[in-house]
Parts: sequence; C-alpha cells; structure tokens
Amino acid sequence: MTQSLSLRAALLSVIFLVIVLGLWELTNQAPETSEALSEYEMLMGGAEQEARVPPPSDVIALAFEELSNPFYDAGPNDKGIGIQLAYSIYRVLTGYLLAALIAIPVGFLIGMSPLMYKALNPFIQVLRPISPLAWMPLALFIIKDSETSSIFVIFICSIWPMLINTAFGVASVRKDWINVARTHELSGLRTAFTVMLPAAAPTILTGMRISIGIAWLVIVAAEMLVGGTGVGYYVWNEWNNLDLTSVIFSILMIGVVGMVLDMALAQATRLVQYAE
Amino acid sequence: MQHFLKIENLARRFPSEGSELTVFENVNFEIEKGEFVCIIGHSGCGKSTILNILAGLDSPSDGAIIMDGREVGGPSLDRGVVFQNYSLLPWLSALKNVTFAVGARWPSWSKQKVREHSYRFLEMVGLTGGAELRKPAQLSGGMRQRVSIARAFAIEPKLLLLDEPFGALDALTRGNIQEELTKVWSKTNQTVFMITHDVDEAILLADRILLMTNGPYARVAESVKVSIPRPRERTSIIHDPGYYPVRNHLVEFLVRRSKELAGEAMAEQTADEAAPLARPVEVDPARDAQGEGVVEKFDQYRSQKLSNGH
Repeated sequence: MTQSLSLRAALLSVIFLVIVLGLWELTNQAPETSEALSEYEMLMGGAEQEARVPPPSDVIALAFEELSNPFYDAGPNDKGIGIQLAYSIYRVLTGYLLAALIAIPVGFLIGMSPLMYKALNPFIQVLRPISPLAWMPLALFIIKDSETSSIFVIFICSIWPMLINTAFGVASVRKDWINVARTHELSGLRTAFTVMLPAAAPTILTGMRISIGIAWLVIVAAEMLVGGTGVGYYVWNEWNNLDLTSVIFSILMIGVVGMVLDMALAQATRLVQYAE
Repeated sequence: MQHFLKIENLARRFPSEGSELTVFENVNFEIEKGEFVCIIGHSGCGKSTILNILAGLDSPSDGAIIMDGREVGGPSLDRGVVFQNYSLLPWLSALKNVTFAVGARWPSWSKQKVREHSYRFLEMVGLTGGAELRKPAQLSGGMRQRVSIARAFAIEPKLLLLDEPFGALDALTRGNIQEELTKVWSKTNQTVFMITHDVDEAILLADRILLMTNGPYARVAESVKVSIPRPRERTSIIHDPGYYPVRNHLVEFLVRRSKELAGEAMAEQTADEAAPLARPVEVDPARDAQGEGVVEKFDQYRSQKLSNGH
C-alpha cells in the first residue's frame, strides 16, 4: 500500500514537472522570423522586441555542459559551478561549526542556570532579530577581509537557533533523569555529558538543522555583497553578464545543495532520537 | 541499642499563600538492618516526600535522619531509589541502564566486571536472553520496572527506597514482580523502605508496616508488626492464621482511624505547640489474634463482612 502510494506520488510529480516545463518551454519560444534580418535587427539581437526567459531546454543543455566539467577554472570571472559551490559550502560550514562551538556550551549554561538565562536573555532578544547582512559593514571594517566577513555573517546568523534550542532542550530534561544522576552521585560534568546531552540531543539537532537552512539562505546574499567567489557571486555575475540561462541553472543548484545539507542534518537527528 | 536508620522529629512544610502548609510533622521511626518496612497512608499524607528526603532529593523543614550513625544530607549511592515511573534513561539499553549505575558505584571496576555484576542482577529479575539489549521503550511496563529494580539492587546500597514500584502495573505482572522482589531481597539481605497503596502487597512483603494519618499535619501513628513466617507466597499467605487479623487492622486504620487521628493531631497542634516526641504505637495483630483463637476471629471477620455487604 505504502509502496503504491510513493509510486503514485512519484508519477504525479513527474506529470507536474512535465506540465510546468512544457508551459515554460512553449511560452518562451523565440518569435518566428519570415524575412532576412536587417543589419540593425542583427545588432539588436534578432527579431526579439522583449526580453524572454530562456526555455528549460536551454537550461538543461547548459546544466549538462556545466556539470560534465564542474571544476574548471578559467580566471576570476569564469569558474565552474562546482568550484563556486565548494567556496560557499566551505564558508557555510566554517561559520556554522564555529557557531555550534559557542552556541552549544552557552546554551547548556543558559539551560541549566535560570540566573544565566535571565541575565543573557535581553542580549539574545535584541541580537537575534538583526538581519545577518546588517552586520556586514561592521564586519568588513573590523575584520578587513571579505572572506572572513562572510564567514562571520554565517556565524552570527546560525548561532541563535542552536543557542535557543540547546537552552530549551537542556532546561526541559526530565527531572526524573536528573534525579537518577543525583542519586548515583554523578559529578556536574558527568551529568552534563551522560544525562543532559543525550536527553537534549534531539532538540539540539533540531536547532542545528534550522541553523544550516538559514546559513545556506544567507550565504547567497552575503556573497552577492562581497563578491569574488561563491555561488551567490556566481548568480550576480551571470546577471551582470545577462546570461539568464546560467542564473536559472545556479538557482536550481542552490536548491539542490540546500536540500542535501538539510537531509544530512535530518539523518543525524534520527541517530540521536530516542523513544520515551 | 543503636538503630540502623533513625528518623527524628521529621517535618516538611511548604509555603502557601503567605502562611505555611505543614504536610507532616513529628514523624519518628526506626528501621533495623535487613528489615523490610512498608509505609501506607492516603494520598497527600507526605509518604513520597518522606522517601525523597530519605533519598536526599528533598530536605526536611525540621528534624533529622541518621543512617549508620551519620546524618543524611543530599543524595548518595548508599541509598538506592526505585521510582514509580521507572526513571530509566530511554537512550540506553536495559543492560546499559544497569551498567551505568554499577560503573558509578564502583568506578575502579573493569568493564568486564561491571558487565558481569550487572548481568547477575538482571538474571535475578529474569531479564536475559536478548531482552536486556532492548531500549526501555521496547519493553513492557513490568519489564521496565524489573530493570529499575535490578539497577537499584545492583549498586548494593545500605538502604533501598521503593516509591510505589508496582503502582503502574496490572495485577498479574505485579504479583510476579512482587515474588521476584522477595527473592532478590532474601538473597541480598537488603534493608528496604517501600511506599505502597496496596494492603495485601504490604503484608506479603513487609516485616513491619508504618501507618500514616491523613494530611495535613500527618504523622506516623502506628507500627504494625507482620508476624507471618517467611518464605511467604501470594497463594498460601491468605491461609495463614495471622493474615486476616493484620489485614483487618490495616483496612480498619485506613478506612476509619487515619481520619480520626488526623483530627486529633490537629487538635493537639492548636492546644500545645511543643508536642512531646510522638512515637508510633506498636501493634502485632497476628500475635494478638493467636491468643484469642484465630478461627473465632476469622469467623467474626466473615460475619462482619457479610453484614457490611447487606
């Protein structure tokens, strides 16, 4: 039954895809030209009077070309999509892991101590709603390096969900389990690692999953700002080149990588999940 | 004579709406080494609070607990606890839940020794053959409580505290685990303090049953000795001549006197703030009944029950 359900769902997905691509393809055909083009028309790009979105067939052709050689490097303005994505992923993971390194211990502290929670809460509430890109000018001024600045922006945007979820997870560890630790005379540190951490792990991982999603959203915008390398820069650069086929292709690639990152974290969450 | 465990003038008050709510006070009793003591009382009399104070998870407003010549303050591996809701760590297997405790008790032991020791206790409660590798969520309520009991016995505490360990189990499972508990207890000669709501369970397991009056201002009013020879079995214990006298005494206390004595306690409270050391009255209904002729007593019980029925 479930097998036939996923089978039918897959079939339906394919049908939707075909319909959308078909409409897209049909409505964006280059107009037919009956007569030979004048010199002026040739200069202005054929008989097209209005800009049109490249049809999916063009995008698929480009995707095939790009993905068959994703790591070519022909100068600063012409790198393969693989290289650009690798830059972005490197920045996201660096900023993200640094954030985790700070957010999880601090989250533990806040979760375990109501005093620290009350003391730090105002700062968190003010800093959390700030758009990560608003930090960019300050980061560029202080750090004086565009690469590190974009890593900092990732750091600052991915820290909050991890911090808040860790604090919440730790604060809501069942009293019974803490009593078990107490009656077995576990030290504070051992309680944190053998009882609190496994008990709060699913909530912490949920926060980490939210964070990686936000980080991947923000890196594109950050790279558009700082330029140089990365998939965000790539999208903006192709827009400046008026190569919309490449823009659409890179948009799709951003989606695919985002999905893979999310799936990886979902898998990790499943590993630490427990049934009560 | 030095008692193994001595509870002196224990009281617990909670702040409530400006004033204080006294759950229990003037609680005095002793437990000897190797003794199995049950405590019975209506909900709200503070049984669980007494147990939590004994465990070191709560602290008294007044009074002290002296175990083995030392005052109890804070939790310790000397006192093992079995909670009503099992309190197993759900991300660990049954075996790991036990080795976790054993490892904490004897940090110097090798992994192998910890495992062997844990297995010995899991075997005692009949949890082997693959079941010990399952997570608590994959075990039935009865099996979970077995793991919890194995964990508590395995650390070989000086005092074992059981908080209504069979409260959440069906009657059949409860009977089986009660028998296992008696077996493990007789093998280990452990001192046990147990809360229960079940009069028959208390008679089956206990050497002595403490009866508490209703709260607030609850206290331990009586200490009932259960002079029924061991080993006791669920099926045969009801034929023992001492069984019904004890049972009647307990039921009568719970139905009628726990309420009356509570009123008395409150009257005392208002009349005389500095109450003298209130000791539980010691009774032994089983022995007393033998003097009177058990058969007569039993007939009396039956006719009483019949007339109550009509």
